[in-house]
Amino acid sequence: MVKIIAKGWRPLTVLLLLFIVWETVAIKSGVPDWLLPTPTKIFYEGFNGWFNFYPNLLSTIKLSLLGFALGLLIGLLTAILLHLLPFIRESIYPLLIISQNIPIIVLAPLLVIWFGFGLLPKMIVITLVCFFPITVAALDGFKQTSNELKHYMIMAGASNKQLFWKLELPYALPSLFSGLKISATYSVMGAVISEWLGAKEGIGVYMTLASSSFRTDRVFVAIFAIVALSLLFFSIIVLIERWLVRWQLKGAK
Amino acid sequence: MSHLTVSNISKQFDKNEVIKNLAFTVEKNEFVSILGPSGSGKSTIFSLIGGILSPDQGTIHLDHQVINGKRGFISYMPQTPSLLPWRTIVENVLLGQELQGKKEKEAALDMIDIAGLTGYENAYPHELSGGMKQRVSFIRALLSPQSIICLDEPFSALDELTRLDMQKWLLSIWEEHRRTILFVTHNIEEALFLSDRIIVLSNKPSQVAAEFHVPFSRPREESLFLEDEFLEWKRKIYYSLRKAQAPCSAAYGLEHSNRDKGNTVSIAARC
Ligand SMILES: Nc1ncnc2c1ncn2[C@@H]1O[C@H](COP(=O)(O)OP(=O)(O)O)[C@@H](O)[C@H]1O
Ligand SMILES: [Mg+2]
Repeated sequence: MVKIIAKGWRPLTVLLLLFIVWETVAIKSGVPDWLLPTPTKIFYEGFNGWFNFYPNLLSTIKLSLLGFALGLLIGLLTAILLHLLPFIRESIYPLLIISQNIPIIVLAPLLVIWFGFGLLPKMIVITLVCFFPITVAALDGFKQTSNELKHYMIMAGASNKQLFWKLELPYALPSLFSGLKISATYSVMGAVISEWLGAKEGIGVYMTLASSSFRTDRVFVAIFAIVALSLLFFSIIVLIERWLVRWQLKGAK
Repeated sequence: MSHLTVSNISKQFDKNEVIKNLAFTVEKNEFVSILGPSGSGKSTIFSLIGGILSPDQGTIHLDHQVINGKRGFISYMPQTPSLLPWRTIVENVLLGQELQGKKEKEAALDMIDIAGLTGYENAYPHELSGGMKQRVSFIRALLSPQSIICLDEPFSALDELTRLDMQKWLLSIWEEHRRTILFVTHNIEEALFLSDRIIVLSNKPSQVAAEFHVPFSRPREESLFLEDEFLEWKRKIYYSLRKAQAPCSAAYGLEHSNRDKGNTVSIAARC
């Protein structure tokens, strides 16, 4: 905890300075609130409108978590499948890269046309942005498995299954976690985009309503909420990583 | 029938004939060393016995079973410790057993004590020195349920003093807990100090060039290294090893063993 404070004060100071500059410039130049509200007004709105905003936040959290879980599952399964069946890897891997070049904003309306306004198109959007970093990171991790350890395991009579569960998967964990960190933050963005497709509540809905009624302060509340949520998810993954890969942290010291 | 019987096996990689008509046996609870210079195919012999590779010709019997290309029949200790970094020492020691489907934690903890690693049961490999890691690697192999242990130059990466300690340590444990051991090395003294029998490999493609029964009684002490009889045997095996290599390759072998000690002496001019 002390370490987090010791490390965190620099970016926090920069952020605070940025807010002060923003506040003074916004006041001095007389920009109207609907164009650029001051930070104090944004925090005021966030505070006052909390009970309005809170259900939206909760809904987005649920959607992100669900989407992230699905992305994790599909990402991991894809990686394991491609790793264990090398002849499939060569034909599928390029398709995976193509899937990341499809702009989600363009795809989203199509998904609505095909699948309606339910949960399915939303899950597809979030999964699509989440699974790729996980798959790539896990595949990289599997591939980096030390040859020396692999040779020992095979000589000692490990079956392919044992080789995977006892060596390759644990070996890939540190790499897998770098993918998870990226995906966790992407999942929030994915959830917000998927809410634009049409939802009853959520930060995405709140944002659309706010911008169409020129409530710029509320748009900023939504932006800050998205940033905070992404950071939170990121930190949770880091904590889980510290616990699971603790043998490595000890080594680094 | 011997415990392990290698009958006239041959192996080549593309055009590279590494082993040709190699034949030897290992008796139950015997300590046998295979002696040959680097690159003579010693590790390849282990890959064949371990079933990672299949011989082009010949058979390998363990008791009455043919084990050509079959994995899981040997317990193995490589040159590097090869411990899993995320497992504690006791979990690493149990790995060899785990792969064969049974775990005896009590036995593992006892053996860790015997090995002089008391207090490190729950440490991670990176907290141990090189010599300690090799001890863990050895007791992992010793506790595996297979009847024969194959050690591939297990001490060649250690410094001279640690190596001597490890050789004494290995003997003390093995003399208490007898198992069948096949030990590969390029170090004559090491082979003499440890083994019941030494098999000298010929020039590539490798065959058995000579075989020696080592007469020293057990338990053996460090002082053995300085006894006249030991030095005589060392000379004898050294000449046999030289004779086994064609003139040029003998120099090649010499150059190799010198390079191991850090001083590169080029003897190529003699060829
Ligand atoms: N998997 C392999 N593929 C091709 N050549 C190999 C392979 N393994 C070993 N060799 C060759 O076999 C020879 C003997 O190697 P090795 O058994 O490692 O010798 P040693 O263990 O005695 O140093 C070397 O010339 C090496 O290049
Ligand atoms: Mg070798």
